[in-house]
Amino acid sequence: MSSRTNISCLQEAARVAIFGGTHGNEMSGITLVNMWIQNSAEIERNGLLIKPFISNPRAVEKCSRYIATDLNRAFTPENLSAPDVEGLPYEVQRAKEINRMFGPKGSADAYDVIFDLHNTTSNMGSTLILESSTDLFNLQMVHYIKKAMAPHTCSVLLNEHPQLKYSTTRSVAKHPVGLEVGPQPQGVLRSNVFESMRTILKHALDFIEIFNSGVTFPPCTVDVFRVQERMDYPRDTNGNITAMVHPHLQDCDWEPLNRGDPMFLTFDGRTVLYEGANTVYPTFINEAAYYEKQQAFMTTGREILAANAIRKACK
Amino acid sequence: MALVFLPALARMAVCGGTHGNELSGVYVVQEMERQWKEKGECAWPIPVTTVLSNPRAVKECRRYIEKDMNRCFNRATLSSPITDSSPYEVRRAHELNNLLGPKGSTDAIDLICDLHNTTANMGLTLIHYTTSDWVTLHICKYLQTKLTKVPVRVLVLDVPISDAYSLESVSKHGFSIEVGPQPHGVVRADIYTIMKEAVDLTIDWIHKFSSGMVFEGGDVEAFRFIKSVDYPRDPETRTLTAAIHPQLQDRDFCLLKRGDPLFLSFSGETVKYEEEEPLHPFFINEAAYYEKEIAFHLGKKMMLTIPSVQVQKD
Repeated sequence: MSSRTNISCLQEAARVAIFGGTHGNEMSGITLVNMWIQNSAEIERNGLLIKPFISNPRAVEKCSRYIATDLNRAFTPENLSAPDVEGLPYEVQRAKEINRMFGPKGSADAYDVIFDLHNTTSNMGSTLILESSTDLFNLQMVHYIKKAMAPHTCSVLLNEHPQLKYSTTRSVAKHPVGLEVGPQPQGVLRSNVFESMRTILKHALDFIEIFNSGVTFPPCTVDVFRVQERMDYPRDTNGNITAMVHPHLQDCDWEPLNRGDPMFLTFDGRTVLYEGANTVYPTFINEAAYYEKQQAFMTTGREILAANAIRKACK
Repeated sequence: MALVFLPALARMAVCGGTHGNELSGVYVVQEMERQWKEKGECAWPIPVTTVLSNPRAVKECRRYIEKDMNRCFNRATLSSPITDSSPYEVRRAHELNNLLGPKGSTDAIDLICDLHNTTANMGLTLIHYTTSDWVTLHICKYLQTKLTKVPVRVLVLDVPISDAYSLESVSKHGFSIEVGPQPHGVVRADIYTIMKEAVDLTIDWIHKFSSGMVFEGGDVEAFRFIKSVDYPRDPETRTLTAAIHPQLQDRDFCLLKRGDPLFLSFSGETVKYEEEEPLHPFFINEAAYYEKEIAFHLGKKMMLTIPSVQVQKD
């Protein structure tokens, strides 16, 4: 190894999980995982333990996002350490169970990678969601996937924001990766969205298999959109929304939003403009599940992340 | 062309939130209520009652709480007594029947416009349960002429009124305004605007009709419901084994011919349309219909001829 080459040696990724149904009405992941539970041939890779798993089965059965509380916000330290008592909300119980099966979160025993499959009503196309700008394994994997999917675009969303980052189901693993594909209505299975998600996973598993075989991945850069701010709808004193995402912003995920651009349209026809000083790149525009979370869209900034070369560590 | 005189239309109701997660109608009704508070009787040129049909479902942003309310307005359900075990929506249907009906009686409101959204790419579709209501068909024709930015189609279910199970069958000349595609739980500005315009034009037509204007007859193209088609399913578990084919997805009202793709299975096979008779699919991939075991409906295109109409003078 040349003294000028900086290769990070990383642990083999031996155990991988694929979660569907973290939200019970996001159909691509639910359908894929159920299919792979029945017949795992498509997801098998040499030397890899790959577990397809339905994370929120009760919500899946009801075809609803959650039963008591959003599972994808439930993996907080408080919840995970809560004592096993009666009356714990279903999703908190489930989070503890998932943490036992695939974690514990933060420990050496945790699964190496968890892919958490989601759909959105927003026009985000194929999006990979990362929680850390310094996870070299994930950066290299995402770089590999983007190249393999080209010319189909894969956007990368980085949520490392101290307040807006949330405790996801996948955060139990050492390398959590969110897959978000849209637009797709809740409760609907669209063939094109289903096949996109299937293909992303195929490339992701290929990457892990190649990495585990000892191949060195050269240094790379990844274009990401870093989460900045949550923008809510205009609301009245009762908390009801008084405007909708403006037609000029609707479906324009990842496109620049500049000061003075239309942002909302009130029900009686007035336009509300974006007043921010800097150009931002909105995403999760008009996601059904976020009305109750007070979010019309998220703003992001463009950034280029650099990743060292990586190679599997020798035993 | 023959001129038919029809009784005046005194009262109209606009209903939103019959399905609590179909948001355009919820917000159109909310906006109309705001206009009423601001302008009183000057809000519209004719008396309009606005109704939020299923308030509990709207509050929870769900299609329904216990039972699909838009299946509760047939004679059998409306004439059965309410008991302690009656589902919420059946109780509410009885309430709405008292408020806007009773269905089939001379006291029933003249027109109910029931507002719906669909995840299917149906543009603006006006749904009615009979082919012989000249008022409703004239309103459809008027909307088709005035609304040019979106396809406006007429769908007829052809069901006797006592069997008609949806809310608008309570009134004398009811119809549903269905606009899509929109995910449930989402309000899109473009879809809201189309729906609001359709309601405003309906009010406009009634006002013009009541003022004595003659509406010229002619042909109205409509689609009559023939049957439904379910998804391919695993015979044991009943789970889906295929999705709507990408070449059929979003192509509501196209003409399906024998050999055209319908479904793409998860293992890559194409399921094709095997019938001899070309028909038109609609409600393709509607979220709420998975539990009703419907992938899409099929309809036959037909031409309805309607006479010129004018309001009857007393």
